[in-house]
Amino acid sequence: MFAALLAVPAFAQVDFTGEWAPLYHEDGPERLPGPELGDYTELPINAAARMAADTYDADRISVVPEYQCRPHGADYSMRGLGNLRIWQEIDQNSQKLIAFHTHMLAWDSERTIWMDGRPHPPAYAPHTWQGFSTGVWDGNMLTITTTHLKVNYLRRNGVPRSDKAIFTEHWMRHGDYLTVVTVIEDPVYLTEPLVRSDNWSLDPGQNIGIFGCEYAPEVPRPEGTVPAHLPGNNPYLREFAGWYGLPYEATRGGAETMYPEYMKKIAGEYHPPAKCSRYCKCTSLFDCNLNSK
Amino acid sequence: MDNLLSRTRHQAVFVFFAAAVVCWAQPQINPDNVKLTMAHVQGSVYVLMGDGGNITVQVGKDGVAMVDTGFAPLAVKAMAEIRKLNTGPVVWIVNTHVHTDHTGGNAEIMKLGMTRESVGPPRLVAQSNVLNRMSGPQPNGAPPIPEAAWPNDEYFLPTKDFFFNSEAVIVYHVPNAHTDGDSLVFFRRSDVLSTGDIFTPEHYPIIDLARGGSVEGEIKGLNQIIDITVPAKYQEGGTMVIPGHGRLCDEADVVEYRNMVTIIRDRLVDMIHRGMTLEQVKAAKPTLDYDTQYGATSGIWTTDMFVEAAYKSLSTKTVSEK
Repeated sequence: MFAALLAVPAFAQVDFTGEWAPLYHEDGPERLPGPELGDYTELPINAAARMAADTYDADRISVVPEYQCRPHGADYSMRGLGNLRIWQEIDQNSQKLIAFHTHMLAWDSERTIWMDGRPHPPAYAPHTWQGFSTGVWDGNMLTITTTHLKVNYLRRNGVPRSDKAIFTEHWMRHGDYLTVVTVIEDPVYLTEPLVRSDNWSLDPGQNIGIFGCEYAPEVPRPEGTVPAHLPGNNPYLREFAGWYGLPYEATRGGAETMYPEYMKKIAGEYHPPAKCSRYCKCTSLFDCNLNSK
Repeated sequence: MDNLLSRTRHQAVFVFFAAAVVCWAQPQINPDNVKLTMAHVQGSVYVLMGDGGNITVQVGKDGVAMVDTGFAPLAVKAMAEIRKLNTGPVVWIVNTHVHTDHTGGNAEIMKLGMTRESVGPPRLVAQSNVLNRMSGPQPNGAPPIPEAAWPNDEYFLPTKDFFFNSEAVIVYHVPNAHTDGDSLVFFRRSDVLSTGDIFTPEHYPIIDLARGGSVEGEIKGLNQIIDITVPAKYQEGGTMVIPGHGRLCDEADVVEYRNMVTIIRDRLVDMIHRGMTLEQVKAAKPTLDYDTQYGATSGIWTTDMFVEAAYKSLSTKTVSEK
């Protein structure tokens, strides 16, 4: 009897499996209607990332056919832009946990989080949108490391994330809530790790539909056209600061702007509007009232 | 005539640049210190990675086909790795361009690749400009390249194809991109495209002006790669791409690289049209957003060298347009 108990594999300290719906009480305006152009707040970006975002033209998504069905990376998917399903893969013979699998509505994205101790692929291996993920238990917290990501974005207003980034997640479950703290380290575009958190609630009744996507030329253009603003020529960069009464420099991102000490530096320059006019109670798709702009 | 003179002046300026490329192509390499890694790509196609350019290897019942042969000192070691996959004769070799990090092993592989089954030496395919440059005087007084290393099956039409190991292999000439003799090699059944140095995701593209390279040709080449490749679901996988240097890629990776070169081209053209000098352009840092990904301040191909080559390539075109 004792021997039989010893043979029971300790596969999952916490059960993450099930259907999860994203909660948007954090960063709702960025995650639901989408980020404002020129909003780089809370991002420890370097000058390269800032210039990439400043010159980004969102026409690229439609004009470049290969961008029309370009998915979010694994890191951006965890911003909770669609519902999430998690299930386990168990080895039938050993009953050990081999992997968690996730599925999200957006681009039918599926990810495997290997739990069997396998190494990450060599540097020459291809990169994918979801990358290569391995997980380890830290008590009841699952820590996941993802490498081999394709180039994607930190924020979908053109702030880039490189294919050299390492994405770390800490999954924690409290009752019917799943909290995911994410850390992105990107030697190409970040000067320090970008730490964010997202929450999900258990939603056993949800149905995740089929996404589907087929690219098609939408506008006539010469082959190889890549829409971009010339440096210094993007007319939209100051709009965000104007709408929210922020000093322009505070919207430009960078590690310095992320910490409380920065408030002293811009003291007297922040003049919030008397009445909120944009995405004022934006914590769900209905609340965001996208026509209220 | 003015345009011709202008172009000639640019070429003269780049003799030094060409010499630098040659120096990079004739390194002192101790094979014992180099690790070569053979990786399966898909279908019948593998890639051999190490110092020098990537070597594409296709194997099957008919023997071995190769794209590029790497640095000369590594040829024996490379062949030993290939023999672990297939003991048949090397029947086809395609050189994607003239630089010796891709052609240095030609002569040795031509010898080592022959077996009892061989009906002759391997067919060494390259665009005719590769043969012209290998058989002609070498820049900067470099020693001549031995005839045994020259292509023996050059082509001058836009494409050449052959059927080997149960699949069609299509060679596409890309004019005036990295050099004037660039070829893409598409293994149609395996669905693998070998690009040579038109696509080098580890650094900015090397525009070898002295050997006929140009920014516009480079962009056309990258767009041609995107035309040939077909991704699987949601822009991932499908046709796999073996770059001249660096990791395995697919179309989406090439798109990012094409976007980069195109965006920088557009910026430089704007600056040239505004009358900015090369020094003014460099001071404006037109590649700042890409430098942390593709740039370098030392080594064989620095950011400054890329900007200078691109500026001169586009200035020549701009003068021609006038």
